[in-house]
Amino acid sequence: MKNWKLAAGLLLSVALPSGAYATDLEVTHWWTSGGEAAAVAELAKAFDASGDHWVDGAIAGGGDTARPVMIARITGGDPMGATQFNHGQQALELVQAGLMLDLTDVAVANNWKDVVNPISLLEGCTIDGKVYCAPMNIHSPEWLWINNKIYEDLGIPIPTNWTEFVASAPQVDAAGKIPLALGRQPWQSTLAFNAIAVGVGGLDLWKKVNVDKDMDVAAGPEMLKVFQASADARKLAVKSTVQDWNQATNMVITGDAAGQIMGDWAQGEFAVAGKVAGKDYTCLPGLGLNAYLSTGGDAFYFPKLTDPDKEAAQKRLAALLVSPEVQVAFNLKKGSLPIRGDIDMSAANDCMKKGLEILKSGNVVPAGDQVWSPDVQTQLGDMQSEFWSGDMTPEDAQARYVEILKTGL
Amino acid sequence: MAGKQTRTGRPTGLRLFRNLNAKVAAVPMVLTTLVVFVGGTLWTVLYSFTNSKLLPRMQFVGLDQYKRLWSNDLWNAAIWNLAFYGVMSLVFTIVMGFVLAVLLDQKIRFEDTFRTIMLYPFALSFIVTGLVWQWILNPEMGIQEVVRRMGFETFTFDPLHNPSTVLYGLLIAGLWQGTGFTMCLMLAGLRGIDEDIWKAARVDGIPKWKTYVYVVIPMMRPVFVTTLVIVAAGIIKLYDLVVAQTSGGPGNASQVPAMYVYRYMFTAQNLGQGFAASTMMLLSVLIVLIPWAYLEFGGKKHG
Repeated sequence: MKNWKLAAGLLLSVALPSGAYATDLEVTHWWTSGGEAAAVAELAKAFDASGDHWVDGAIAGGGDTARPVMIARITGGDPMGATQFNHGQQALELVQAGLMLDLTDVAVANNWKDVVNPISLLEGCTIDGKVYCAPMNIHSPEWLWINNKIYEDLGIPIPTNWTEFVASAPQVDAAGKIPLALGRQPWQSTLAFNAIAVGVGGLDLWKKVNVDKDMDVAAGPEMLKVFQASADARKLAVKSTVQDWNQATNMVITGDAAGQIMGDWAQGEFAVAGKVAGKDYTCLPGLGLNAYLSTGGDAFYFPKLTDPDKEAAQKRLAALLVSPEVQVAFNLKKGSLPIRGDIDMSAANDCMKKGLEILKSGNVVPAGDQVWSPDVQTQLGDMQSEFWSGDMTPEDAQARYVEILKTGL
Repeated sequence: MAGKQTRTGRPTGLRLFRNLNAKVAAVPMVLTTLVVFVGGTLWTVLYSFTNSKLLPRMQFVGLDQYKRLWSNDLWNAAIWNLAFYGVMSLVFTIVMGFVLAVLLDQKIRFEDTFRTIMLYPFALSFIVTGLVWQWILNPEMGIQEVVRRMGFETFTFDPLHNPSTVLYGLLIAGLWQGTGFTMCLMLAGLRGIDEDIWKAARVDGIPKWKTYVYVVIPMMRPVFVTTLVIVAAGIIKLYDLVVAQTSGGPGNASQVPAMYVYRYMFTAQNLGQGFAASTMMLLSVLIVLIPWAYLEFGGKKHG
């Protein structure tokens, strides 16, 4: 008899609160480093304060590890409340299969079309005129990070662009330092190559190859220059044997290496080490040559759920993520750029401000994630990884590059 | 008519119902094998002929996935890496396992202790083995640093960061982990040899090494075959050791087929390509297994 009462009590305690306003939403993401976790905590705080409850589902190991888990859960019939993806084609098939919630009404009600800047971020969320994700932040990978002290000790001026950086490399090398730090994972080689493509090749070339998908240009002499510049960079990084990007960043921080090509998230590492932008380190967007940034980023997608309460909560979360307060709090902690131009980011540091200015001036190109499928991206990563760690000639690499791009046409 | 057939009908009926309980009990396992294992395999092979991306899709493209697979440098590199690692690993684990077993079989003192020490690495997973050896072989904190601190300033030992030596780095870790196990199998085989054979060999004045090579090894054929199959199966599924130790690098110098399958099925969202690759892996296993099974089981029946 007692057991029955207990069971009934338990049942009530579960059944009753579900009638109330507060709804639990599980949110999966791969933000697990120190700065990233602090930024996620801001999101959770804001969502909890609005009356719902954020159930954190962090998956460690980076996007390449986390995405298969997320996709398996969605396709396997165990969808979470919301999940992080990069803008663009990663979740395209899930949307086409009807597994994702249509957020068009939220986007219209909150006027996303006018506040999201650059608008390409919202376009990355839009499929057949419907909005399927809430853009969260912007990643720009085309940055060159330089340790100032190495150049001061050598008595040579701090490079202001990639060309000067390459020219100064022999002196850095002679002083026993590694000119360029590079982690040995495929995505980092791809990132460095893309940064060189935008920096050395320029905007027109980048757009012709990646947006217009002109294969003649991809096989042409302009692109060969990019591969030759990458071969130069390969020589500079030959002594860099670390794997993870933050280990490579650490080499620049401690003065073992002079510079690193890495995304804007690297400044989180400099900040944690107590370094000051402009004094201890220099950041050069677009490698200092072409101040263009590609604007990939993170976005939240909301898998379709059967419970109407949860669906309402999903839409509340989507609106909240794009709201000005959350954008400021999140991006200041994470060191990334916000997705709207109408908010006050005066607390940002020098490097972030440089990025904001470039955004404002509209010098942006879409990221690889937005224009190429994960299949092409993976093949490019494998090819770049081989190119950067071996002795493949620029000509051979270019031929392979064109072959791979053709599989994605 | 039916009544007259009982003589021939009964034995089949009896055979079907003999040990009925055992047969009923085996049904779930048989179904699991048929549905999950055989069914899953057939499904994978079928969909390897489609252009499935993130989700399986019945859109046949013929042999396109296989054409792309075999013209892919990464896949070809992975195959060669595995072939190299496989041959080296097979030869060395069996030779070293046997030699260690012979040494232990010399009625030495503390045999139990040695056996335990040798077998300990096998208790560790490949992930742990890979990580530990990544640290040991790391030039900044591993063997190289230790030797340099002893005064040999120019000593260089950095196999994992050189594309031409990285496979040896994997091999060291793999052998360290697996040799103890083969040694134990071999030791059991050696203990199974009748003492009288040794006595006879001694009476005939045959040297010890000759007895091993010409008498003991041929007698241990079943043990060798078992070891071979266990070690070979472990080699083809090689994945976790590489992931933990080198993640396929530097570049693609230590990629293996299983990593390619994972990469294309999940990271690249190209199921068709991943299925084609895993079908090729299955095929290579069958090429090894079918002749062996034929020799082992088919041969015995006739002989």
